[in-house]
Amino acid sequence: MTPVPSAASGVAIRVCQLRKSFGSQVVLDGVDLDIRPGEIFVLMGPSGSGKSVLLRHLIGLETPDSGEILLNDTRLEDEGIRDRFRLAMVFQSGGLLNSLTVGQNVGLYLSEHRLKPPEEIERIVQEKLALVHLGPGDALKYPAELSGGMKKRVAIARALVMEPQVVLYDEPTSELDPLVAVTVGREIVRANAVTRATTLVVTHDRDLAFGIAHRIAFLGGGRIVEVGTPEAIRSHPDPLMRRFLSADFTRD
Amino acid sequence: MFRELGKMVVLFGATFRALPRVLRYRRNLFEQLFEIGNSSLLMACVLSLFIGGVLSLQAGPLLAQRGLGSMLGGLVGASLAKELGPVMMSILIAGRIGSAMAAELGSMRVYQEIDALRTMNINPIEYLVLPRVVAISVALPCLLVFSLLVGCAGGAFVAAFNPEVAVSSAAFFNNLRSTLELRDILHGLIKTFLFAVTVGVVCCNQGLDTLGGPRGIGRSVTKAVVNSIVFILVLDYVITRMLLPLTKASMAGGF
Repeated sequence: MTPVPSAASGVAIRVCQLRKSFGSQVVLDGVDLDIRPGEIFVLMGPSGSGKSVLLRHLIGLETPDSGEILLNDTRLEDEGIRDRFRLAMVFQSGGLLNSLTVGQNVGLYLSEHRLKPPEEIERIVQEKLALVHLGPGDALKYPAELSGGMKKRVAIARALVMEPQVVLYDEPTSELDPLVAVTVGREIVRANAVTRATTLVVTHDRDLAFGIAHRIAFLGGGRIVEVGTPEAIRSHPDPLMRRFLSADFTRD
Repeated sequence: MFRELGKMVVLFGATFRALPRVLRYRRNLFEQLFEIGNSSLLMACVLSLFIGGVLSLQAGPLLAQRGLGSMLGGLVGASLAKELGPVMMSILIAGRIGSAMAAELGSMRVYQEIDALRTMNINPIEYLVLPRVVAISVALPCLLVFSLLVGCAGGAFVAAFNPEVAVSSAAFFNNLRSTLELRDILHGLIKTFLFAVTVGVVCCNQGLDTLGGPRGIGRSVTKAVVNSIVFILVLDYVITRMLLPLTKASMAGGF
């Protein structure tokens, strides 16, 4: 397990009694969660347990039916929260804009908000691409020309450009072969070490979760079943967690 | 239906409020203008040429039989400027550009590109919808002027070479000049502009509202085009009714 970076610049996230339903289907049924500044926090759980919905709430893409989310004790829906805290998300599909090149995608936040002059943006883009092991030639490619793993790495570079205090990853290793999945996992740990941002990863991938997490939460039936260190989660007696963590083809 | 109408009104309001910031997105705006011009100019040319031609073909013999052949130029010009040009060009653009807008935005929605913009604090309405609606609103009236010129040329060609009509090009254009007034063209331009805004908003709204993967994108594109055509035809009646008093005088003078 990697140590939690010291002097973290990330923010504390507190989720209080979060509830969300889509029609008659209750997806989140009173979720409580405390995520510490700078840690890599992994959210695991079976399909349909509400992990991605919870993640979308944390970035403000969904509005809860009730409950609240606090970033360093400031409510997420408060006016000007985006000016006080920088939150970035790496989407399951990458979420890269297909009409832009890799370089334009990575520099989009800086160019659209006019935060830096074009030459400076160019330099930062190259720097962030190098951080995820992509070369200057890759900046000129379009997302359609990239493999799944490269798309994920570009998405990580795009998130890093924002110098985020919170980075959210939605299924970062889905659709990737084990070798590329390991690379992406390493990129997440490296990004956390560089930015010291609070990192929340939603995944089904047990190897990734136990490999990178400082703490893991298990979500089942719209509620948090358990939060703990990877060791504590691995040996937890809850039957749903046991089934999830020990499932493999030979036993079935 | 009313819910969708409400969403379109909200989207139009948000786009209108963002209008002062349109130059910030000039790169996207020029890209859209280029796209519209590039993909529709040839089609507009062919369509207008044949509409002008068929107008002459249908109306020419009837007018010629009654000794009114010399009035063909005004009839073709007024029909193209006030009615056929705006409606046909708008329907062409709805089918060619509106459908592409709905498909592109729909695909961006489905593949989380719009969510990604939101997480970067980039307003999708300003970044995606505003340049598209402004581009279509600028390009469509320009296409109408182009269509009017080409359509009249088509009408004049058929009038001159069809023995049942046999109206010389000089007579055709003389009558066109004496009949068609600036306010007739203005009538057409106002209509076209309003149709363009409608097509832009309807198609962008449909794209942003896409749910459910590739099938959802297909559904959105179909709905965008069908709704655009329905709105164009309904608005055509309403706008014509409102603008009619302005052009009555010119009609009385011309025919």
